Amino acid sequence: MAKMTLEELRKLRAQKQDDLQKRDIAGKDCQIIVGMGTCGIAAGAKVVLDAFLKELDDEKIENVAVTQTGCMGLCYVEPTIEVVVPGMPDTIYGKVDADVARKIVKEHIVGKKLVTDHIYDRPSVDIMKNGGR
Amino acid sequence: MHVFLCDFLLDIAQNSLEADSTMVRILISEKPESILFRVEDNGKGMSEETQKKVLDPFYTDGVKHKKRKVGLGLPFVLQTSRDFSLNSSVGKGTVVQFGFDLTDIDVPPLGNLPSTILAVFTGAPESCDVVVTREIHSDHGDSSYRVSKSELLDALQELRTAGSQNLTRQYLDGLEEDLKPYRSEHVFRIPE
Repeated sequence: MAKMTLEELRKLRAQKQDDLQKRDIAGKDCQIIVGMGTCGIAAGAKVVLDAFLKELDDEKIENVAVTQTGCMGLCYVEPTIEVVVPGMPDTIYGKVDADVARKIVKEHIVGKKLVTDHIYDRPSVDIMKNGGR
Repeated sequence: MHVFLCDFLLDIAQNSLEADSTMVRILISEKPESILFRVEDNGKGMSEETQKKVLDPFYTDGVKHKKRKVGLGLPFVLQTSRDFSLNSSVGKGTVVQFGFDLTDIDVPPLGNLPSTILAVFTGAPESCDVVVTREIHSDHGDSSYRVSKSELLDALQELRTAGSQNLTRQYLDGLEEDLKPYRSEHVFRIPE
C-alpha cells in the first residue's frame, strides 16, 4: 500500500461522495455496533470489526455506520455485535467471527433477513422463525 | 490474556475514551527487541485508593454492570508486560505505560496496528481527540509518523460510516507500510 497524504485522502473522499450520489443507497441508516469491552477484545472483536469493514468494502456499501460500545453483558458469547436496520428488529448477534460477520453483511444488511443461528438477544422467538419479517 | 499486543493497547485506550477525556495521546515506540506503549488522557482520573484496586482482576466500579465482579483490563496488561506504570490524579487525567520484551516467546505478536488505531479513532466520543505517535528505532535508522483523529475528520468529514473508515484504514496502512524496512525480525529466546 503506497503512502497517502491527507490531501489525497480528502480527494478520494470527495470522489466517493460523488459516486454515492449516483446510485441507489444500500445500507442507508443501518448501523453495526461492535462490543469492544475487555471481554469482546479478548474474544476477537477487532478481527470482527475488520471483517465487517472489509466485507462492506467488497460489497461497495459505504454508508453503514460502524460504531463501538463496551460490554453488552453477554460476555459468554463474545464477540457480540448489534445490527440496526430500518424496518427490521434491532438484533444482537453473539459468537461472531469473521465468517459470521460476512454472513451478517450479506444476509442481514443486504438481504434483509436475520442470521438466526447467532442471535442472542432482542427479537422474540416468533419473529426469528419468520426470518425477521 | 489478549491474543495480540495491539489488543492490550486497544483495551487500555478504551478506558481513556470512557473517562470523559477531551484528548488522548498514544505513543507506540518500538526498538529492535522491545516495544513501549503509553496512553495518556486528560479525563476524570482515579484516586490513590482506586488506582490500587484497579490492578485487582476482580475489581470494577460496578457502574456499567451492577452484578459483574470482574474488571480485567489493567490486570491483563500487568500480567504480561514489563515496566508497567500507572499515574493518575482526580480531575487531571491518567497515564498508563507498559512495555514488552519482543524476544520473549511468551509475549504475543504485535497484531495489526493500523486496524487498532482505526478502532481507537472510531471508538472515541465526538468531543475527544486522539493523537497517535508511532516511532521505530532500529540499528539502521529511525522513522516515525503521527496521526490524529481531528486531521482525519477534517479530511473525511466523518468517521462514522464504513466508507470513511475504509479510507482511513488505507491511509493508516500506508503510514505503517513506510516503517516496514525498519522493523526487526525477532529470534525468540526460550526460557530454560
